[in-house]
Amino acid sequence: MPVVEITQKVDARGLSCPMPIVKIAQAVKPLPSGAVVELLATDGGSIKDVAAWCRATGHELIEQTSDGVVYHFVIRRK
Amino acid sequence: MTTETLAPFDPLAAAISAVDGGPDAASTTEAPTPVASPADDGQVATKDLLIIDYSGDLEKVWATMILASTSAAMGVKTRVFVTFWGLQVFVKDSKRITGENWMQRMLSAMQRPGISHRKLSKMNFLGMGPWMMGRLAKQYGVASPKELLEAAQAMGVEFIPCQMTMDMFGLKPEDMIEGMGEPAGAATVIGLMTENSTPLFI
Repeated sequence: MPVVEITQKVDARGLSCPMPIVKIAQAVKPLPSGAVVELLATDGGSIKDVAAWCRATGHELIEQTSDGVVYHFVIRRK
Repeated sequence: MTTETLAPFDPLAAAISAVDGGPDAASTTEAPTPVASPADDGQVATKDLLIIDYSGDLEKVWATMILASTSAAMGVKTRVFVTFWGLQVFVKDSKRITGENWMQRMLSAMQRPGISHRKLSKMNFLGMGPWMMGRLAKQYGVASPKELLEAAQAMGVEFIPCQMTMDMFGLKPEDMIEGMGEPAGAATVIGLMTENSTPLFI
């Protein structure tokens, strides 16, 4: 797996819908195109929601993993 | 530029072809055509969202704020037209009595304005219901309507107060929270609805 440099981390653990999406959107906004952001969430809805958010905004979901409790997303800014 | 939007643009046909993955789908979804919203991120061509916040009930205000903040987070230009009981939500929390004459004052006394003082439409039980909802929300990490409103405003959601309702309730611009849009009327709402906004009445 190619190594990607994480520009910023967003910790949305413990937050429910829609805050993980709100947080990631706010974090991504000021960053330059191509910046990579990591999102941590515990909201079960975020699996579908992060994908939907990426589709709508054009950002790229490059990695998605989970340890069963925490969902981990890596997103490249459009 | 091959995919200019022509005058008799049919949004239904476009939506169907996008879902079907028809010949148009690739050009409308993949290519970043700068047709719509040159605004902030240069997002994919998308419709605006117009929420009409008519209700001042806690659960409906919550829904409005969740949808408005999420919509803005997804890069959709979002406007919320606030009218009637919904307008009470956008009065400053610190205001207790608003209005100029006794009827307006009495109405505000009977229903305390401000986003932090919303009642449930059912199971209110003199504030027991909202209090329990607040406790549960905290326990489950659900953002309060106020937090969502702040996030929505930070992401550029435009809250447009209804001029007619402001007049009828005797509300002045200084009664309202910071960052409200210019007051407008029904024609503005209908104009937005028939132009490029998906309308939602809550």
